[in-house]
Amino acid sequence: MGLSGLAIYKLLPKTNCKECGFPTCLAFAMKLAARQVELSACPYVSDEAKAVLDAASAPPIRLVKVGPEERKVEVGNETVLFRHEKTFYHPPGFFYRLKDDEPADAFAARLEAVANYGVERVGIELKADGIALQSAAGSADAFGERAAQVVSAGLPLVLIADDPQVMEAGLKAAQGMAPLIYAANAENWETMASLAAQYGAPLAVFGEGLETLAELTEKIKGKGVEDMVLDPGTRGWSDSLAAFTQLRRLAIKKNYRPLGYPIIAFPGEGTEDELEEALLAGQYVAKYAGFIVMDHFDPASLYPLLTLRQNIYTDPQKPIQVSPGLYEIGKPTPESPLLVTTNFSLTYFSVAGEVEGSGIPAWLLVADSEGMSVLTAWAAGKFDAERIAKAVKSMGVAEKVAHRKIIIPGYVSSISGELEDELPDWEILVGPREAINIPSFLKQFAA
Amino acid sequence: MAASVPSVQEKWTGKVREVTLGALPADGGTRGRTVTVGGENTLPFLHFEGEVPHRPAIAIEIWDHPPEDWSPILLEAWGDVLQDVGAWAKKAEEVGADLIALTLDSAHPEKGNTSGEQARATVRKVLEATTLPLIVYGPGQVDKDNEVLVAVAEEAAGERVALGNCEEGNYRTIVAAALAHGHLVIGKTPIDVNLAKQLNILISDMRLDLDRILMDPTTGALGYGLEYTYSVMERLKLAALMGDSMTQQPMIVTTGFEAWRAKEARVNEGVPAEWGDWTKRSLLWETITTMALLEAGANIVVMRHPEAVKKIRQVIDKLMTKA
Ligand code: B12
Ligand code: SF4
Repeated sequence: MGLSGLAIYKLLPKTNCKECGFPTCLAFAMKLAARQVELSACPYVSDEAKAVLDAASAPPIRLVKVGPEERKVEVGNETVLFRHEKTFYHPPGFFYRLKDDEPADAFAARLEAVANYGVERVGIELKADGIALQSAAGSADAFGERAAQVVSAGLPLVLIADDPQVMEAGLKAAQGMAPLIYAANAENWETMASLAAQYGAPLAVFGEGLETLAELTEKIKGKGVEDMVLDPGTRGWSDSLAAFTQLRRLAIKKNYRPLGYPIIAFPGEGTEDELEEALLAGQYVAKYAGFIVMDHFDPASLYPLLTLRQNIYTDPQKPIQVSPGLYEIGKPTPESPLLVTTNFSLTYFSVAGEVEGSGIPAWLLVADSEGMSVLTAWAAGKFDAERIAKAVKSMGVAEKVAHRKIIIPGYVSSISGELEDELPDWEILVGPREAINIPSFLKQFAA
Repeated sequence: MAASVPSVQEKWTGKVREVTLGALPADGGTRGRTVTVGGENTLPFLHFEGEVPHRPAIAIEIWDHPPEDWSPILLEAWGDVLQDVGAWAKKAEEVGADLIALTLDSAHPEKGNTSGEQARATVRKVLEATTLPLIVYGPGQVDKDNEVLVAVAEEAAGERVALGNCEEGNYRTIVAAALAHGHLVIGKTPIDVNLAKQLNILISDMRLDLDRILMDPTTGALGYGLEYTYSVMERLKLAALMGDSMTQQPMIVTTGFEAWRAKEARVNEGVPAEWGDWTKRSLLWETITTMALLEAGANIVVMRHPEAVKKIRQVIDKLMTKA
């Protein structure tokens, strides 16, 4: 990827003046190569050396931003091929395609559906990302008008048009919104590149085959456009997997600049079938797309896809967690039931959601299980009688709850005995295994 | 000036072992066909750099008694055949299964505690109802697993049935039964590369040939631990390709079982409107879980819904097409 310590050393002043805080230029160079210090710590690097080092330290896949600041979609800047090697950082954006010749009310309704879609999962708000507006009417006015409509809905835009005049109308309507221009190709690249430069918009580049694509991006870069997005022209399962994998490897393993940009994918162009479109979009989530243009908006497919995206882009070293503590669900009184669970977000929200759904106010004690689920934590010794007892004692439960009954998850029924020993004043009750059954359990309990 | 793009083809030194399920009459069984999985010397479906000689196989999960707590969507999709394991097996073959995965759930102490004798009768019935190779799971309780799987191994001697699950604390009896009667085993470990390797070593130390071992790395469904399974499978597959012998067993995942446990697939009452249409959402829950794990390296997927099976079959067809 970047330069080696020795290669960097050759670019430094080699005076060993120590102002950077290191005994020698070589020592500093080694730290730079390991990305543990900033180049700016050395006051004496030449501008020339700076330029070389900056270029070498640029991310292998350029970070490209589309949309207004509040709802921006930022993709690229990935550093690994497999999520377990570190993490995937910038989740792909889901853009829904709308054509500018759709009847006004249908267009408005679809736009609104996409703009308003939002759903919470494990405490995180998930949304659709934007609109891919396609010119179908062939008219600059129609395109500009519809683009303005999307802009007023505040959504990020991909503008799809072949005719530069039509494209310009869209760009005018979306000034300051950093819309993605789709696309420059072998014929029109010069005009598209100058539009991109003029409007400060990122530019998607279409080219069949990686050679063609690399040639085009180099030419476009020559025109001063830096923010590009790649479409290698593949539309199916197997061809896309091959092309996207090669693109990712070229960037990460070879630091190959001409193809070091995020990728745009069109799953709806790979199949007629709506379910298959969603599945193919799933492949693109896992395998390296930055922008995914969908043809069918349907919550029943968007929600599973957003869940997949959340899964794939979670940091593998750090589960999503909630803080341990005593949580109030509804408005519990000192007489309300008390349940205990772990601080893995998925677990907490599954349980909290069901308790809330039951309509019975309750106390939910979240023990510190280091972000693990009930059974995982139990198997790892992070959710045993001792830990639960500690949570009960340290979180002021006795002050808020008048009774002495605690409900534990059904999956850890085997710890009741030990927990009785740890908490002699308490009655240990075993709840159901699955959270789904908590409402009926609580209703019986309260009755 | 044509740009010259560097090659990024990997030269892997290892490959996944080939494992064959089922035996034809000529080989001492009664199956109409066999199913071979594994053999790939590249990451999933990367035809540009290696060989993927066998397509991943789809097993359909069937139970020896009508499941009570399955999602209504599944119950409706299968209808009357749930009442009869033979009819269910036949139907599963019709809707496109490559393998039948029979779960002897009624043997569970809390669900009927049926005997080894009953397990024999069930397996016999399924062998007669379908020509496909079989996977047979015990009820998931150590003592009963041993009891019924040993009976099954005897009854189906020579059929190259995959018996599951072997776990660290409970593999000897099942491996011995497989050795004695010409079967395969499924070794299951909780989402961990080293544990998976270790179990493969323990099983092969009992002299079961490596071409008779499948590994189940443990499945997390979409939204319920999928990312952990996905990554551990990628790591196992990479280790296999880099030549680490004890990670080279084909992988089997139970995506149907896990996906249909998820609330999103099981119920529709009191769920947010943003979850969308129940049937479509639940089909996607099973198919996205399955698709993701196929791309992470699954060689056998054990599924539940007939429509989901059809979709995944199409996906596999397309992924197996060379670009
Ligand atoms: C993902 C996962 C992991 C991830 C960790 C994820 C995490 N942050 O917790 C990783 C890969 C790290 C992992 C590691 C291990 N795992 Co693990 N893991 C899983 C897996 C696939 C899913 C767990 C999950 O996320 N479930 C979803 C959450 C929401 O479930 P939950 O917390 O149980 O909550 C539900 C219920 O318990 C209930 N509930 C929760 N709280 C409460 C409270 C009350 C009052 C009530 C009534 C109900 C209730 O509601 C929830 C929804 O229904 C399961 C297998 C599976 N498919 O389920 C194995 C599993 C839990 N793991 C297991 C094991 C053994 C381990 C390891 C010990 C393996 C090892 N030796 O290395 C390690 C331990 C960790 C360590 N040493 O570092 C075993 C546990 C076996 C057992 N019966 O004890 C399992 C069951 C796999 C198996 N079949 O062997 N694991
Ligand atoms: S400050 Fe610059 S010149 Fe001085 S030792 Fe450090 S690297 Fe060398």
